[in-house]
Amino acid sequence: MNNFNYTRAKNIEDAVLSVSQNSDAGFVAGGTNMIDLLKYNLIHVTLLVDVNHITGHQAVTENADGGVRLGAFATNAETAYHPLIEARYPLLSRAILAGASAQIRNMATNGGNLLQRTRCYYFYDPHTPCNKRKPGSGCSAVGGYNRIMSILGTSEDCIAVFPSDMCVALATLDAVVTMQGVDRTRSLPFAEFHRLPGNTPERDNNLQPGEIITSIDLPANGFEKNYSYLKLRDRSSYAFALVSVATGLDLKEGLINEARIALGGVAHKPWRVKGAEDFLAGKPPTPGNFATAAEIIIAGAIGYGHNNFKIELAKRAIVRNCLMALNPESQRPGAHPSL
Amino acid sequence: MQTNPTGLKPKIALANSRVISFHVNGIPRMVDVSPWVSLLDALREHLDLTGTKKGCDHGQCGACTVLCDGKRILSCLTLAVMKEGSEITTIEGLAQDNHLHPLQKAFIKHDAFQCGYCTPGQICSAIGMLSEGKANSRAEVQELMSGNLCRCGANTNIIDAIMEIKNAGGYE
Ligand SMILES: Cc1cc2nc3c(=O)[nH]c(=O)nc-3n(C[C@H](O)[C@H](O)[C@H](O)COP(=O)(O)OP(=O)(O)OC[C@H]3O[C@@H](n4cnc5c(N)ncnc54)[C@H](O)[C@@H]3O)c2cc1C
Ligand code: SF4
Ligand code: FES
Ligand code: FES
Repeated sequence: MNNFNYTRAKNIEDAVLSVSQNSDAGFVAGGTNMIDLLKYNLIHVTLLVDVNHITGHQAVTENADGGVRLGAFATNAETAYHPLIEARYPLLSRAILAGASAQIRNMATNGGNLLQRTRCYYFYDPHTPCNKRKPGSGCSAVGGYNRIMSILGTSEDCIAVFPSDMCVALATLDAVVTMQGVDRTRSLPFAEFHRLPGNTPERDNNLQPGEIITSIDLPANGFEKNYSYLKLRDRSSYAFALVSVATGLDLKEGLINEARIALGGVAHKPWRVKGAEDFLAGKPPTPGNFATAAEIIIAGAIGYGHNNFKIELAKRAIVRNCLMALNPESQRPGAHPSL
Repeated sequence: MQTNPTGLKPKIALANSRVISFHVNGIPRMVDVSPWVSLLDALREHLDLTGTKKGCDHGQCGACTVLCDGKRILSCLTLAVMKEGSEITTIEGLAQDNHLHPLQKAFIKHDAFQCGYCTPGQICSAIGMLSEGKANSRAEVQELMSGNLCRCGANTNIIDAIMEIKNAGGYE
């Protein structure tokens, strides 16, 4: 880690100004990704701007439209255990609690969670080529060891996975991300926040330099009656997903009125396919229909060798998770998610 | 190198080092640190509180767990400067008047360690977990303690020790 200066921002304007005036400045929130990357010398800053003492954007509050606003600086634990989230957005609560560890969730913030970097092994190893770390240097994962990499939305330049659990639920819920820069505030639908790698894998998302995330808004429908988050991984807790699935179902008279399905661990962003959700609308919630939806979602998936197993695993996980959503009480946290 | 009791190390002061103050185990302390010094290193190297352990230094093991304003956090992924003004509790701060904390006693009773390296983190983490009040069963305790790895495999006994305190309704 290089030496750097440190300052506590008093408010958003202060924070944005400090970082936009200095291209080598960065924000630190929970620090769980930032400080780790600084220690690996993968990031160099000359100034670290601490956003934890900004008043406002720390809470979880109700919006006039019936939705809920998550402050960017609220911690993942505060969010997952907030009574509004537990009662109305249990899918989000489950997804957050499936990620990292209790200590990390006490530190990690909602804004920081959206901006965490990939866990691609080569990204962390400065002795290997990596287009995300060093644009133009090549991708070591294509043709290398790629067990944890993407099967959907990849490019020749990068096959990394975006590792967040929370964001898989936020994608399912159609959340909206609000960010502030020096001269404007803007919002993006969740689906447009993260990017596919294309030929610019160095950019994970559409946040512009100097912009700060201030809040994440959830629409009123939290799919709290029929929901499930399933995370499959190498050990049963405190590990990143190989494949994860978030499902929200709105059932009417025994039929699916609306279905939402997003996948984690398979792409450079949470993966949702409208065609599959449209296919399920109006149909009974049967294993057969969920299997067809899974085929639609996974269509076009490419294995890179070691990660071929993810294709079949994702299909089965989708069906299993949609069935679990029919009976959310059967879910258990962590190691043994039921069914 | 000598460390004076305040934790102010007189030598090797970098240009941007600064004196920060926080409470550690109820005692006001001052340390002279550069911004890049982790809370873990500040505790161990500047304040000579070596009870808190450095396992991975990257957030992956939980050995460095301390309580900050009552919440369990990882001191290796926290900069000391970020905690100026906070109340930090480490393993050294748990025993009161020469009486071990009930969780410390339970760890001894249940043989909940072998090498002991993960133990300070396990105990601080367990205190944080019990005060969060979110674990209702043994399975949930296991899940919410998964951020603390035990390389010796004492996990079953660790959970036994915590369950004893939990089933007794805490310790206050
Ligand atoms: C061992 C380990 C295991 C983990 N396991 C999981 C897991 O299983 N699932 C999972 O989802 N996550 C996991 N994580 C990742 C963790 O969830 C993220 O590190 C965390 O959410 C990041 O939030 P933070 O507040 O700590 O961000 P920081 O580390 O403080 O910041 C991350 C980045 O975001 C920027 N930033 C932060 N806040 C803002 C803001 N409001 N506006 C603009 N920029 C901002 C920072 O400048 C930095 O670039 C794990 C992490 C570790 C260390
Ligand atoms: S997959 Fe992406 S992050 Fe991993 S080595 Fe290739 S370019 Fe780098
Ligand atoms: S030393 Fe902090 S988590 Fe391992
Ligand atoms: S007792 Fe040795 S690591 Fe846990």
